[in-house]
Amino acid sequence: MSEAKEHTHPIVGPKVYVVILFALLAGTALTVWASFVDLGVWHPTPNLPISWNPIVALAIATTKAVLVVLYFMHVKYSTKLTKLSIGAAIFMFVSLIGMTLADYISRAWGSW
Amino acid sequence: MWLFLLTEIMFFGGLFTAYLLYRNWYYPAFVAGSHQLDVRWGTLNTLVLIVSSFTMAMGVWCAETRRRKGLVLSLSLTFLLGLVFLGIKTVEYSEKIEKHHVPGFHYSLHTFVDPASDPDIFREYHDKPLPLDMARHTEIYFSLYFAMTGMHALHMIVGIGILGYMIFRARAGDYTAGHVTFVENFGLYWHFIDIVWIYLFALLYLISRH
Repeated sequence: MSEAKEHTHPIVGPKVYVVILFALLAGTALTVWASFVDLGVWHPTPNLPISWNPIVALAIATTKAVLVVLYFMHVKYSTKLTKLSIGAAIFMFVSLIGMTLADYISRAWGSW
Repeated sequence: MWLFLLTEIMFFGGLFTAYLLYRNWYYPAFVAGSHQLDVRWGTLNTLVLIVSSFTMAMGVWCAETRRRKGLVLSLSLTFLLGLVFLGIKTVEYSEKIEKHHVPGFHYSLHTFVDPASDPDIFREYHDKPLPLDMARHTEIYFSLYFAMTGMHALHMIVGIGILGYMIFRARAGDYTAGHVTFVENFGLYWHFIDIVWIYLFALLYLISRH
């Protein structure tokens, strides 16, 4: 195996890793803090209360995950093929969850 | 390696979907179950795992720039932090065993409905009694808690085993002579475990804490 083939992306240096480390630590502190604060409830329609807390928690978790994927896992510097594969997998995963939830919310629960 | 990780997304994704539906269904029981976890241990473990991801990333950099000593140090720190994570998990699990909160193995509804029935444990934790139907549904929360954190811990154990092997080979200079693919791929695996934990922490520990 030649060296050139093994290095398909530029080497990511410690500076980037340190910045990402502190961003992830800050994100953890933020999400713990946010979970102890009542962020209120959103009523898009009167019968559908949506609490903000889990949405914020998931948004912070997703931000952290994206930072890990892009920088620690070097996806930002990877080939188009890698990016496309990951994008396809995430799309597939979201579709499967979406279909499960579509089934779940469209059932006539309790009316049989 | 990425393809393997994508199958892992589907694997953990199934558990997350199950969690999502049951949480929607039995929300109060999930809140009660979640509040049985100690958020301080969870936060500490999240920090430990994030730092271990950082040391692993540094390990990959050391391999790429051919720093043998740095690589051995980074891998050893990652190994150590992995063990710390599992140690904290053991503390948490043994608390659940002590309190009879492990479904299918060591579970007692009675401890939820009447926590004061065991004075020693009650003195330590001061849990509030739950109504019977809610107590039943916490069993589902704890089943998912153990299934998800257990599968995650199993991945950690496998990872720590491979790390031990890599430390030996790194000491012999195997990864610092231009062939870094193994270290890089292991790094991807380790970061993936970190990401799974980031979600597990947000979903299992941080439900409705306010």
